[in-house]
Amino acid sequence: MKPIQFSKLLVLALTLTVAAAGCKKTPVKVTEMNGPRAGYGEAGSESISNLPPTEPIKTGPESSASSLPKEGIPSVGPDRFKNYIPHPEILKAYSVYFDFDSSVIKSGEKPKITAVAEYLKAHPGEAVRIEGNCDERGTEEYNRALGERRALASREALVEQGADALVLETISYGKDKPVAPGHDESAWRLNRRSDFVVLTPPTAP
Amino acid sequence: MKREEMTRIYPSLTRPIRTLARRLKRLVHAHRAESTVPMRMRPACQASALLLLGLLVVCRTPCPGAEPLDMTITHLFGLGQEPPILVSISGLSGEAAQVLRFDLYVQGFAFTNAEAAQYQVIGSNNGNIEARVVQRINKSELLGNRVYSGPFRRQVHHLADDFVNAIPGHAKGIAQTRIMFKGQTGSTSEIYIADFDGYDAQPMTRDGSIVAAPCWVPHRLAAYYTSYKLNNADIFYHDFSTGTRRVFARYGGSNMSPAVSPDGSRVAMILSKDGWTDLYVANAGGSNLRRLTKSPQDESSPCWSPDGQWICYASKDGERRSLSVISPSGGAPRRLTTRLASSPTEPDWSPDGKYIAFTSQNGGNFRIRVIPAEGGDAEDIAEGEDPSWAPNSRTLICARRAGGKGNYVLSLLDVMTKQVKDVSRISTTSSDSQPSWAK
Repeated sequence: MKPIQFSKLLVLALTLTVAAAGCKKTPVKVTEMNGPRAGYGEAGSESISNLPPTEPIKTGPESSASSLPKEGIPSVGPDRFKNYIPHPEILKAYSVYFDFDSSVIKSGEKPKITAVAEYLKAHPGEAVRIEGNCDERGTEEYNRALGERRALASREALVEQGADALVLETISYGKDKPVAPGHDESAWRLNRRSDFVVLTPPTAP
Repeated sequence: MKREEMTRIYPSLTRPIRTLARRLKRLVHAHRAESTVPMRMRPACQASALLLLGLLVVCRTPCPGAEPLDMTITHLFGLGQEPPILVSISGLSGEAAQVLRFDLYVQGFAFTNAEAAQYQVIGSNNGNIEARVVQRINKSELLGNRVYSGPFRRQVHHLADDFVNAIPGHAKGIAQTRIMFKGQTGSTSEIYIADFDGYDAQPMTRDGSIVAAPCWVPHRLAAYYTSYKLNNADIFYHDFSTGTRRVFARYGGSNMSPAVSPDGSRVAMILSKDGWTDLYVANAGGSNLRRLTKSPQDESSPCWSPDGQWICYASKDGERRSLSVISPSGGAPRRLTTRLASSPTEPDWSPDGKYIAFTSQNGGNFRIRVIPAEGGDAEDIAEGEDPSWAPNSRTLICARRAGGKGNYVLSLLDVMTKQVKDVSRISTTSSDSQPSWAK
């Protein structure tokens, strides 16, 4: 299939998807892109056959183009919270866990995101460092990028829950910082995670 | 035999037949017919050689359109299908013989007795290493007697290089080259430099932090690598000859996977400063940062073509991982075909520009595979991850998971013969990975 034809088909497919969903406003979600419904590749053409053929095609601001995220959230500089004091224990219970090779926040993990967002609302002036991690199975630099995408997905989700992107920083440790030392799924599932480390401003001298 | 089957077994046959015939003719001329078919050669290779001989007879007339003669004899056979060159070693004993064997084995040699060998290394190690090399067929000297001096292992490495470099058409010797890698001890890791065989490993950093993805700057004792020393994943430039280092990339988010261009003028890397993990390139001083990809999908592990015209990196095409190539000045990426290989990551472009080695993952299995640089069928070489080419464009160093656990050992692979040997281990590290070969 030629690229031009393909992109036309893709736009059509996504338009139909939005139309079929009753044209509800689709929030901009980066994390959705990593899922099986991604707007790239074979998934786009698959969705055509799943749609009712009688749905009208609608265009406009609600169409496919706007449902695809155009930008990520720019990161805050690494020195913004340079002298802040890290508190890894405060939100320890709210670490978000991921499926293998995925950076999609599972629905079961979303309450933790809500809790972290609530914490930030209740503690103005504090910040959170989101640390992305992976299990040991992938290759090293692939995992470093994957860990970062997990941290970025967690940040997107926090922002959706009303957190201020300017108090969120991200870092990936790839597979360099496992919490569970084993070499099976019981350890791996604990290592595929985003940790939230609270950063408090340095106390005045 | 069906044509497809033949192509699969003998990829070299897909090249222009006449060029092949000329290469074979040259090979036969250089080594005399009998020595091109060593006794250890597998039946498949024998069949291949016979077939090629047949082609030689058919295509004797020179072809004006044929590609220029490639002086590297190794490319007569497909990747991984070249028979090893048989060598006998006499007069050298103990560690001297051991080191020489190791050096030669990972460059496509194997060992036999003096009667069966193509080359006979005749030496002594009473005091300094001394040796000469004789071609068995006509008893002529390939290498006149030489006496070596300096540290013991260096003497042997020097001899290995002299021998390899004296063989017409063989890739240049690598026994005196060095490697850089990430050595992990417990939860911290440091950058190490060692001889190519793992000996004399020295830590170049002592930060007690985490380092990653060292990339040796060509023709300098310097590297780019990621370090977590400053509580962020930053890319440092570290000149080991002066001991000075500076932050090269310290943007918000993670700064990962630096790859310096062959001329040292530019660095490709993965940054998340704009909210997605994307491929960027900057000048070696850090200026002129340019974003090359813009996608919420993953990009990782960039590497450069030897002419600096292209960057190859691991990407995702829909739900499938793939390798892509992009110009450092921007434009649309082109997907590389990696037939027969699943989930490719960690590409490395050979210094001669012909091949791209990468890691192929299938479940818990990690294999080193090699494709022609323009894409195509992936040749399976050996178990391993994160390959880095030697300057000879035929030996690779990679990391191999020891005993199915998370720890890595470094391993050398000769791509042409698929001969494999682990390098020596350092006692202080628990895991050695992410090798980068000095070029």
